[in-house]
Amino acid sequence: MNKFLQRYRYSIILLKQLVKTDFKLRYQGSALGYAWSLLRPLFIFIILYVVFGVFLKAKGNIPHYPVYLLLGIVLWNYFTEVTVGGVGAIVGKGDLLRKINFPKYVLILAGSSSALINLFLNFIIIAFFMFITHVAVSWAAIIMAPLILELFIFSIACAFFLSALYVKFRDVSYIWEVAVQGAFYSTPILYPLSLIPVAAAKILILNPMAQIIQDARYVLVTKNTQTIHNLYGGDNWIWCIPIGITIVTAILAASYFRKQSKYFAEEV
Amino acid sequence: MAEEIAIKVDHVSKDFILPHEKTSSIKSIFTNAAKKRNGKKETQHALKDISFEIKKGEFFGIVGRNGSGKSTLLKILAGIYQPTNGTVKTEGKLVPFIELGVGFNPELTGRENVYLNGAMLGFSENEVANMYEDIVNFAELDRFMDQKLKNYSSGMQVRLAFSMATKAKADILLIDEVLAVGDADFQRKCFNYFKQLKNDKTTVVFVTHDMSAVREYCDRALLIEESKVVHISTPDKIAQDYVKMFMDEPVLQEVSKKNDDRWGDGSIILESIKTKVNDEFIELDVVIKGNKDFSMPILGFRICSFAGDEITGTNTKKEKIILPNIKKGATVHLKCKIPNILSDGNYRIDTALQYPDEITVADWWDNAATISIRKDRHLPYSIDPGFIISII
Repeated sequence: MNKFLQRYRYSIILLKQLVKTDFKLRYQGSALGYAWSLLRPLFIFIILYVVFGVFLKAKGNIPHYPVYLLLGIVLWNYFTEVTVGGVGAIVGKGDLLRKINFPKYVLILAGSSSALINLFLNFIIIAFFMFITHVAVSWAAIIMAPLILELFIFSIACAFFLSALYVKFRDVSYIWEVAVQGAFYSTPILYPLSLIPVAAAKILILNPMAQIIQDARYVLVTKNTQTIHNLYGGDNWIWCIPIGITIVTAILAASYFRKQSKYFAEEV
Repeated sequence: MAEEIAIKVDHVSKDFILPHEKTSSIKSIFTNAAKKRNGKKETQHALKDISFEIKKGEFFGIVGRNGSGKSTLLKILAGIYQPTNGTVKTEGKLVPFIELGVGFNPELTGRENVYLNGAMLGFSENEVANMYEDIVNFAELDRFMDQKLKNYSSGMQVRLAFSMATKAKADILLIDEVLAVGDADFQRKCFNYFKQLKNDKTTVVFVTHDMSAVREYCDRALLIEESKVVHISTPDKIAQDYVKMFMDEPVLQEVSKKNDDRWGDGSIILESIKTKVNDEFIELDVVIKGNKDFSMPILGFRICSFAGDEITGTNTKKEKIILPNIKKGATVHLKCKIPNILSDGNYRIDTALQYPDEITVADWWDNAATISIRKDRHLPYSIDPGFIISII
């Protein structure tokens, strides 16, 4: 452990300061400051709830639909915050890269850590809603830990890949913007999976984000959630696909980032 | 690597692919793929086959003109750029930055920037907290630490940045042109800091244009020109060679007669002004031409630094020389010799022809000629008369 600390001392120190700076700068000059971290998802939730829950009646037969929806939005927001922020994370620090040699992955890790802190703040809101809407919490909630780990790894892997790619190809930011929109609607965030044909649902759920969101809802909000497990008739091995996608993405992204990072300073 | 070597640069070259060839959009991947088939690719050779070694505890200078490749070399030493060919080996902890105030953010306060920049230098929060007092005192910014950096003057920012940099603990320091900024007081601090580095036997690689600084601090220096090492030698030798590179430029020059900084009634005019500079004298060759008959003209001139300071000057009346009357169409040729006591640098010469009253102007010509003085030492003053100092 000591050896680990020694080796990564510089990265840890940098990471800490970059995350702090990010938080200081993010809400600087706004009257409500940090409160926006909580208010933003809350307002988005209210809008989506009114549109999809009240007017469009997308909620089907799901109990605790508001919390169910909020949880999905919060997890998805984490993913977009990390990846959209990740696209420009290297290019945006071009000035720094040209003047100092430091481990570049810290920049991505810092963005991802800031988002993670936000995610935990958002869980406070969720806990509050769960309390006032009388959602029963069971021991299964402990499963949230590996789910968040998977979310963390999948999101940061995408960010690593996108940030390195963006240094070379500046179209990436526009492509990703569109891709995120597409992914938002192909992930069962607003609508229950039961609304779409089973064959299609079976494909959509293989996406790690869909699997994570549905599993999280299952363990935290209601058993009446279609997860990858019950869509594939209780086959435990099916989890290997989204988790496998996550791991493969992470390995490929890390090696690509590592290879490219040497040349960031001159290409950025 | 031998024990006493701190940095070993072995046949390093660096090529940059010129920006217009870079593929920065998806579309250009395809268009460039087509181009590449035609077989043309433009590269810029920033460094060509550079090899040298720097000993531990050495103060090593890198000098060269703008664009000669010295900053690229420093960036390769720092690990910011990767060499295209060759290797760089370093022994000991290397400070990873080459400029002051890396990572300073204008939106943060001075205090927050100290912690951020401290992290860049590898200091934990506790370590920065311990040296915080020192840093602030050294920078003399006590009252300003809770203000945002964007409200600092550039001098204050540099002071804070330099104050931080002096705290960097490493075996090898890389410094790029710090002395170019700051006032006299700041330069004195730089001076003390460099002296301290020398005493501490820190290995320093120092990139500069300032030959007096090279002579002052460096143990050895490297002259780089057109991406290649010209040679590595003592600071005196390198400084001389560096100065010589500029000496090759012509010393005799004729200035065109058309000039915006010229006015007067034109009854007599300055036909031509030539300058000639050697180590002992500055010579002016002036030809005056009469456009009408003119009696008792006065010729005056002054020498100004490029910054515009008037250094010296005189006129023929003050020198008690009476110029002959000039007939229409006739010319008078004058020669003026001035002992060359100017310092190393560039100067301009303003010349004027006046009526005997010393007020009415016939032809006033600002910037009539420029002269370059090249001496083997540089003083931060305009006049270098030569000094005789002896211990009694």
